[in-house]
Amino acid sequence: MRNIWTICRREMYAYFVSPIAWVLMTIFALFCGFFAWFASAEFLLESQRAMMSGQSFPMNINEQVIAWIFSNIAIVALLVVPLISMRLFAEEKRQGTIELLATSPVRDYQIVIGKWLAAFLMFASLLLILAIDYSFLFAYGNPDWKPVATGFLGALLQGGCLLALGTFLSALTKNQIVAGAIGFGLGLLLWLLSWATAFGNSPTVQVLNYLSIVSHLDSFSRGVIDSKDIVYYLSMIFLGLFLTTRSLESLRWRA
Amino acid sequence: MIQVEHLSKRYARHLAVNDISFSVEKGDIVGFLGPNGAGKTTTMRVLTCFLPPSDGKATVAGFDVFEQPLEVKKRIGYLPETPPLYPEMDVQDYLTFIARLKNVPARDIKGRVEHVIERCAVADVKTRLISKLSRGYRQRVGLAQAIIHNPDVLILDEPTSGLDPKQITETRDLIKSLSGEHTIILSTHILPEVEAICRKVIIIVRGKLIATDSVERLKSRGVQQSVQVQVSTGMQDGAGMVRERLAQVPGVRTVTEKSTSDDKLTFEVEGLSDGAPRADIARAVVQSGWNLLELKSTTQSLEEVYLQLTGAGLTAETATGGAQ
Repeated sequence: MRNIWTICRREMYAYFVSPIAWVLMTIFALFCGFFAWFASAEFLLESQRAMMSGQSFPMNINEQVIAWIFSNIAIVALLVVPLISMRLFAEEKRQGTIELLATSPVRDYQIVIGKWLAAFLMFASLLLILAIDYSFLFAYGNPDWKPVATGFLGALLQGGCLLALGTFLSALTKNQIVAGAIGFGLGLLLWLLSWATAFGNSPTVQVLNYLSIVSHLDSFSRGVIDSKDIVYYLSMIFLGLFLTTRSLESLRWRA
Repeated sequence: MIQVEHLSKRYARHLAVNDISFSVEKGDIVGFLGPNGAGKTTTMRVLTCFLPPSDGKATVAGFDVFEQPLEVKKRIGYLPETPPLYPEMDVQDYLTFIARLKNVPARDIKGRVEHVIERCAVADVKTRLISKLSRGYRQRVGLAQAIIHNPDVLILDEPTSGLDPKQITETRDLIKSLSGEHTIILSTHILPEVEAICRKVIIIVRGKLIATDSVERLKSRGVQQSVQVQVSTGMQDGAGMVRERLAQVPGVRTVTEKSTSDDKLTFEVEGLSDGAPRADIARAVVQSGWNLLELKSTTQSLEEVYLQLTGAGLTAETATGGAQ
């Protein structure tokens, strides 16, 4: 446990001492701000329109603003996550510091979990910026807090899952760009799988849809915690970290 | 402290280390010598548990590198050829991280970091970013990193490569000063380094061990102490007489005529193992009424021994290669 924390702390140091964390947080803040502004402006416009026409549509700030923002942030996260995870092992391999880690009294899985945890905390600090935007909704309106909480949980799980896969990709190469690019590709693929629903509801479609990373997010942003989604995310995280550990072990046999 | 038995390491097609065995006693400081690509780094990587051996076994402080890597890793300080540094960290933070990574107890971390900063003379750059350090300082931070958990064994891969002469001397002195507390293996392809620092040498060429001995014994090993004598007799055909006279000197075993130019006769006189009796030779020449022009002892330097050994290793290799 202490070893995991040691590794994790150094990785956090690397993120926050280098520009990586600050650049990502700035970009993320801009996107979150824009989404929050856009969604609430549209919400206001629609409620004005409803008042003028005299009809009362059911308006729901949770669904129309918060859930909408979450679903967009999920796409942004798909693109941001490879930027966080691509350096984890690729950089160590290029610098030769992997030799230091591999000859220190720590186990491979501790290195892997420590690094993933740091990336996860980095991602969580991005989501913290979104929480600032949401705090305005709570200040000037009265949205239900439960879908917000589950939405964050879903976003964290989705991020953690992509980060685990990204960590694995980073362990496969010395080249950060390669790890990042394949990460983008994989993220987009996992997103596009949900489009399979356009082709009916055959078992194949259901499997593909289940594999898609975004299809599991919808219920979270609606305030529903479904065990099948939790199982999906946790097993993907486990798979990613397991593969990374194996790949790290194999380094020794190939090197 | 370190036992290596019939160790081999095979990469896909290439046999990097071929059946080598040696042992290193506690407190020894051993030079691992060989030309580039001889398998020095590979052997060190096996000892540090970075690579598993393909065959044979290696133990450090009684623990097998393959069966109990964690125990071995706790007892080893390793400086790879390029110091494993994180450029974005400053020296102090980096060493603190290493101390944690090497399982130094939390309450000792601060003290150990200060100690190695002092020991490796990096105090004046301790708050500097590693990316801003010069090559010499990086090497010293690398050494500090290797000794921070006070390991029993220090493994240093070409610790002076890429340094300027002043830094080389400083690094050698530092390594020598560490030898009291640790068992040290260092690899190098520079001979004077071994002569300057090590007590024992292990020479490998193309993955094969060709010599393991103390520096002194290796220098005198299989090599006759010989004396070169240059004499002018002032006579025609003096060579035969001189040779006879020299052979009569007690302690002399063989006398070979090397070259004769004009009136200068040069002989190679080989004596007993404790050196040819130079004083007696000089007296014999002078008493015979000849002129002694030159008398010099020609002990082989370690360099010659090394070249001879590695040369032999190479030819042996090509011979077996040709036979296959």
